[in-house]
Amino acid sequence: MIPAAFDYAKASSVDEALDLLAADGSRALAGGHSILPLLKLRLAHADRLVDIGGLAELKGVAAHDGGLRIGALTTYRELLDSALVSQGYPLLAEATDRIADLQVRNRGTVGGGVAHADPASDMAGILLALDAAFVLRSRGGTRTVASRDFFRGAFTTALAPGELLTEIVLPPLPAGAGTAYAVQEQAASGYPIAGVAAVVRRSAGGCDHVAVGVNGVADAAYRAAATEATLRGTAGDAAAIAAAAARVAEGVRVQGDIHAPAEYRAHLVSVMAGRALERAIARSA
Amino acid sequence: MTVTIGAPLRRKEDPRFLTGTAHYVDDITLPGMAHAAVLRSPYAHANIRSIDTSRAVAMPGVLGVFTGTDFMEYNPLPMAWPAGGSAGLQNNVNTPRILATDSVKWTGEGVAAVVAETREQAFDALEAIHVEWEPLPAVVDAEQATQPGAPQLHENAPNNVVFTWTVGDRDGTDRAFAEAEVIVRQRLVNQRLIPNPMEVRGDVGRYDPASGEYTIWMSSQTPHIQRLLLAAFVMGVPEHKIRVIAPDVGGGFGAKIYCYADYAMVLGLSKKLAGRPVKWVETRRESYGSTTHGRDHITYLEVAAKRDGEVTGLRVKTYANLGGRLSTIGPGIPTTLYGRLLAGPYRFPNVWCEVVGVYTNTTFVDAYRGAGRPEATYVLERAMDLLADELGIDPAEIRRRNFLPPDAFPYRNPSGLGRAPNGAEILIDSGNYEPALDKALAIAGYERLDEAKAEARGRDKYLGAGLSTYLEVCGVAPSKWIGAVGEGWGAAMWESANIRVHLTGKIVLTIGTSSHGQGHETTMAQIVAGELGVPVEDVIVQHSDTQGTPFGYGTYGSRSAAVGGTAAQLAAGKVKEKAKRLAAHLLEASPDDIVYESGKLYVRGSPDRAKTIQEIAFAIDLGFDLPAGMEPYLDETAYYDAPNCTFPFGTHVAIVEVDEGTGAVDLVRYIAVDDVGNRINPLIVEGQIHGGIAQGVGQALWEGAVYGENGALLSGSMLDYALPRASWLPDLELDQTVTPSPTNPLGVKGVGETGTIASTPAVVNAVVDALSPLGIRHIDMPLTPARVWAAMQQAKG
Ligand SMILES: Cc1cc2nc3c(=O)[nH]c(=O)nc-3n(C[C@H](O)[C@H](O)[C@H](O)COP(=O)(O)OP(=O)(O)OC[C@H]3O[C@@H](n4cnc5c(N)ncnc54)[C@H](O)[C@@H]3O)c2cc1C
Repeated sequence: MIPAAFDYAKASSVDEALDLLAADGSRALAGGHSILPLLKLRLAHADRLVDIGGLAELKGVAAHDGGLRIGALTTYRELLDSALVSQGYPLLAEATDRIADLQVRNRGTVGGGVAHADPASDMAGILLALDAAFVLRSRGGTRTVASRDFFRGAFTTALAPGELLTEIVLPPLPAGAGTAYAVQEQAASGYPIAGVAAVVRRSAGGCDHVAVGVNGVADAAYRAAATEATLRGTAGDAAAIAAAAARVAEGVRVQGDIHAPAEYRAHLVSVMAGRALERAIARSA
Repeated sequence: MTVTIGAPLRRKEDPRFLTGTAHYVDDITLPGMAHAAVLRSPYAHANIRSIDTSRAVAMPGVLGVFTGTDFMEYNPLPMAWPAGGSAGLQNNVNTPRILATDSVKWTGEGVAAVVAETREQAFDALEAIHVEWEPLPAVVDAEQATQPGAPQLHENAPNNVVFTWTVGDRDGTDRAFAEAEVIVRQRLVNQRLIPNPMEVRGDVGRYDPASGEYTIWMSSQTPHIQRLLLAAFVMGVPEHKIRVIAPDVGGGFGAKIYCYADYAMVLGLSKKLAGRPVKWVETRRESYGSTTHGRDHITYLEVAAKRDGEVTGLRVKTYANLGGRLSTIGPGIPTTLYGRLLAGPYRFPNVWCEVVGVYTNTTFVDAYRGAGRPEATYVLERAMDLLADELGIDPAEIRRRNFLPPDAFPYRNPSGLGRAPNGAEILIDSGNYEPALDKALAIAGYERLDEAKAEARGRDKYLGAGLSTYLEVCGVAPSKWIGAVGEGWGAAMWESANIRVHLTGKIVLTIGTSSHGQGHETTMAQIVAGELGVPVEDVIVQHSDTQGTPFGYGTYGSRSAAVGGTAAQLAAGKVKEKAKRLAAHLLEASPDDIVYESGKLYVRGSPDRAKTIQEIAFAIDLGFDLPAGMEPYLDETAYYDAPNCTFPFGTHVAIVEVDEGTGAVDLVRYIAVDDVGNRINPLIVEGQIHGGIAQGVGQALWEGAVYGENGALLSGSMLDYALPRASWLPDLELDQTVTPSPTNPLGVKGVGETGTIASTPAVVNAVVDALSPLGIRHIDMPLTPARVWAAMQQAKG
């Protein structure tokens, strides 16, 4: 498959990238694993690709305020190789390890995945459950958007035209919280049919921190508010988990496709929610 | 090293494949080469009102834009295998033209071609072509297409019926059902599959204005046949004016057997460009519409039996989807290669099969690995399990009770393999089915499955085991049978081999079959090296160039070893005979006294005065001292027409676990005991079985083409069409029994398709067995989590 012709410019600084992106028809190019297939299929069009791949200032994982800052251009591989991630955020490591294949993980960036906002994207559900915030920068300045407010719909986010995602900020995990990601893949693409990321802390008084991110189910990744509310304050026993998991698709329009009709997907996501919650609670110390 | 048949040699061809130095069509770049791209229909069914190419012609780099009317000097593509027989004369053949002229019948049918300096420019110009369409209602389901009121594709095919073909004994079967103690019935869908060889199809065509000759490099399994079809049926030029070369070919699975529109297109385009070579290579997405699909049957199955499990009758009605137009041998696959094999390895006294071939607004359908035989085996092996379930008899036991016994052979099967109208006959030549079954059951631990099932329930899984005791027919022959109207495609079925022993001692074998992944360069060399007693490295195998190899019918239907391999062996025998005559002359003895042993020739009793085959060849090739009447040069050709087909069989056992919560199926063990006769190269044989099993499991669990109501292909790329991955399969546990084929001197059968044929029903049977506690008797493929879960929901009520 061959894309239509486009211009190419390589940015040497974020400011230059923002200047280049201000022109109509310009789009950022990070690892290229989502945008290039779309251009090749001629499902998307760009007059010019602005290559931000060389911008060192957007790369890397660093400790920050008890949590983490992840540069938008950090690749999945770099996340997996980071001790800060594997020790502090096992959920991130667990989920990243199953994204695509080695080649895609070597080139694909976290920021590219987030900005692309495929409703099935693993990273979206994970970052929601981790209460991530996204730092967005444009020629007009910098703003921070909470992950809950970022994913607006299929392939639609809070990013304004010409704006770049520069980093992802993770708050510290609540001490003693357990995490888990349960997912079932669509056999052909390997993308999730339903993925549920859970962060749960169960202490003596019961579950006092519950965050559940869901991807692959609705037209955008979301936080399962009803599930969280149902589990919060309970002992996190099997009955509580089942009651909470059953509500995971409440309030969203469950998508159907040739791989998973909506009825099946709605069932599946509740099974995934049950499994993620069960494992997260078991891991909560 | 001198090898004989049976050595597990690593493949000679692999280093170039593994190091990326092989030459596929897309690696070919000729001076001045231009690039073609094809505009394809976005509609499944539409009339073409007009095509405006004026903007595209003016695009950068564009050398020309052509539509169907620019190729009217070429005929529509040939259809070479009508259903024939009971279907009578088929006068409703609609095949593709080079590009569609008035209407399109499926999404992806070609309507215009751009030739440009670069491939990129050609693709850009496609977007500038304006077609005015008149969309028409579409139908994609073969059964629905025959119903009143369905959209009609072709005026000459009322109700979209291409043929109604029957085989077997109708009255006898009706009687068996009238008298049956038990009858089971099931509707089965054998879903449409999309072949995905690693290398997509493509061609480079070159016209030589000086000689008027055409050369085409194509990714094909059948270069000689393509030359014949192009010359005689499509282009109307004599055969010697066309040279077809299939360079390295990255898989075919049947989809590269056929005569495609792009062959004459690239040659015609090269002619229009005064001889500039033209390359066209399909994209993967394009391939899903421009290359044939496989399977796609809807079948109503009925089995009659006695209470003790003895089968008494089989009645099958199948709607076979052939697509929007017919491919080269489309009608032959669901008829001869399906209906005639429905009795399988069992003693069915009565069989009646009716097949309705149907046009629909889908990509054309033709043979795909196994071709008709997987469909037949699926019907039959599901039937045995349904019957076992109905009677409460173990599935292994019901098969055992109905197997043809070892003394039944040669056996004339009741579903019409036997005698053709011209007297030619195909009998099942040999078989011994129980040992393979016993061996497979022992490996699987079949006796202890109840414990495993109970253990799995404790993990919220359902465990099940499925059997497939298949019988395959391959190495299709003989020409006389094939030549009887409607039995085979309009071609013979012999094979050829030529051996030249060069002056410098290397032995060059050229063959008419066409390796595209099977390893002929190794297997055929082993046959000749074994026969001549020379190191296998000294035998060089060349194939797939119509200039320089003897005519042959190509590689498909697991025929290369049984038919082509035998031709190679016979050619080697002729080489030996001539060498003996010269040795006798040089050693002053009678040819009858010459012993040929391990590549040396000597007079009986005097091995110390031996001459090597290379020395003899040198002498014959020089011709300084030949006996009276002997022609110089050691160059022998053999043509071999097998007297019969070959009949591999075996037992496969699949063990699966179904996740109660999600419906996901996990294939946890897979056991295959195959009897493919003697194994020339066990390593290659196992590789073929591995790949075949993966493909068959793919159909059972993951693969399936999905069309929308309007005829759009929803599974239009690998994002939505799931191919099996190595990591999804358990280690395959292979074993064998060996019943040499009495049909050919090598004692070989065929192994290219057994895995695909056997594995699909084994896996489905296993899933149904796992879910039988819920009362589930059948689920249509692919057994995706969503489908399995839906079946579980329905069963739970
Ligand atoms: C074979 C394959 C399998 C895959 N499987 C999975 C899977 O299982 N799960 C999963 O979650 N994902 C999967 N993916 C998607 C993969 O995660 C994304 O393609 C990848 O992360 C995108 O990152 P990129 O750097 O390649 O982005 P690009 O393709 O370069 O960009 C993607 C989009 O984001 C924009 N963009 C990129 N960076 C920024 C930025 N910093 N600021 C603003 N906009 C930006 C681009 O303009 C573009 O629109 C798969 C992809 C492939 C090719």
